[in-house]
Amino acid sequence: MKLPLPPLPAALKPKPKRPAEEAVKPIDQVKEAGIATVDWIDERTSLSGATRWILFRKVPRGTNWFYTLGSATLFAFLSQAVTGVFLAMYYDPSVTNAYESARHITNDVFLGEFVRGMHKWGSTVMVILVCLHMARVFFFGAYKYPRELNWVIGVVLLILTFVMSFTGYLLPFDQRSYWATIVGVNINGTGPIVGPFLSDFLRGGAEFGSTTLSRFYAIHMLLLPGAIIALIGAHLYLVTRLGTTAPPWLKAESGDGIREERV
Amino acid sequence: MADGRKEPKSKYTLDRGMPGAFEGETVTRRRFMELTAHGAGAVAVSAFALPALGFAAGSALFDRPPVEWQPVGPEDAFEEDTYLPRTITEVAGIGQVGRTTIYVRKRNADDPPPNPPGIDEPYVALSTRCMHLGCPVRYIDAAKRFVCPCHGGVYDFLGTVEGGPPVRPLDRFYTRVTDGQVEIGARYSVNSEFRRFPSYRDPAQDLDGVGQYLYPGRFSTPKMD
Repeated sequence: MKLPLPPLPAALKPKPKRPAEEAVKPIDQVKEAGIATVDWIDERTSLSGATRWILFRKVPRGTNWFYTLGSATLFAFLSQAVTGVFLAMYYDPSVTNAYESARHITNDVFLGEFVRGMHKWGSTVMVILVCLHMARVFFFGAYKYPRELNWVIGVVLLILTFVMSFTGYLLPFDQRSYWATIVGVNINGTGPIVGPFLSDFLRGGAEFGSTTLSRFYAIHMLLLPGAIIALIGAHLYLVTRLGTTAPPWLKAESGDGIREERV
Repeated sequence: MADGRKEPKSKYTLDRGMPGAFEGETVTRRRFMELTAHGAGAVAVSAFALPALGFAAGSALFDRPPVEWQPVGPEDAFEEDTYLPRTITEVAGIGQVGRTTIYVRKRNADDPPPNPPGIDEPYVALSTRCMHLGCPVRYIDAAKRFVCPCHGGVYDFLGTVEGGPPVRPLDRFYTRVTDGQVEIGARYSVNSEFRRFPSYRDPAQDLDGVGQYLYPGRFSTPKMD
């Protein structure tokens, strides 16, 4: 909104600018620099096309809040990744020091309790969100042709999330972690024929030892995050390529006549 | 050939009408380069992937840690009709985490005969690892039973399952007497008929009937000195 000018004598009124003399303001220069940088990158990568392809998609009528569960899961994963990276700066995955370093994070480090709490509760949140997301896809029938492959990728991501939870549970190395891991590894061992060897592989030997913890740590923070990031990339690519489905309560439009839509 | 059967293709690229084919050549240069490049790539990937996999799984599956006989007390400390708890080191070099509790007593008349003879003749040492999923069981002297806190497994005085989900009797340890000291050796498993399985199995692995074939012995069985 433009405010009315105060009643000033003519001599004091600001003179209107002449078009030819218009000065370049610093803010314009900053804007120009920003645009030039983006242009420079875009000219060499064509990223703007990909960005438009990902962000400016057509979504079906009836899209609602249930469709945000996938993004919520992605956000939970990002939160786990960031807090996890910073927890690794203080954590020591050795049998004798793991509990002490976890205690140190919680009790001594500035905001340590908060970041560890974010990671701990965030893992539960992520599992809940993954399951809600899967339920949404199932009940909306969004797993059907041509999206079956994305369902398969999603199931692999679900399993990887569970493996993440299982391997991360040992890392605080308190009594609960220790015994829960023993129970979990023994459940793995009940698989016929391969079970005994699978549990040996997980433990890094016949008994729970120092390799068990470092092995779980490596799986938890190196192997699985890479696999999950790669599969999330494939998952999102297919979502963008195939689009989302309309909710099942919307009837398909009848084929008679051409409907004009205003966009 | 008649009857619409396809004539078999010649093995020479020249006869198959490929452009730029040489006389007597059976593989085109393009195909040869493809195979060579893919082969070289496969060799290069296996050169790091196979050792890495072997590194991750090999020692976990095949290393046989040595077992040392550990003294747990003089001979006259143990009785026939009750168990005494002792702690031994199961995994060396990792402090308290590697220690475990076992229950030791003198062999009595109710015990099944040692099979084969010579094993555990004088003393019986039971593991506290529950055969449901591996929680630690506790001996309750008033009831003469072992009880697991996790899912309610109950074992009688000999270690056989009396109730709950465990699938086989408690594991045992080899025992011997040296210079008046009872010594504890490697762990072994038994099935419900007290048949001995020297390559001890993990909990929840049934050793009766078909179970002994479904759950083969491990390569990582500890080596007794």
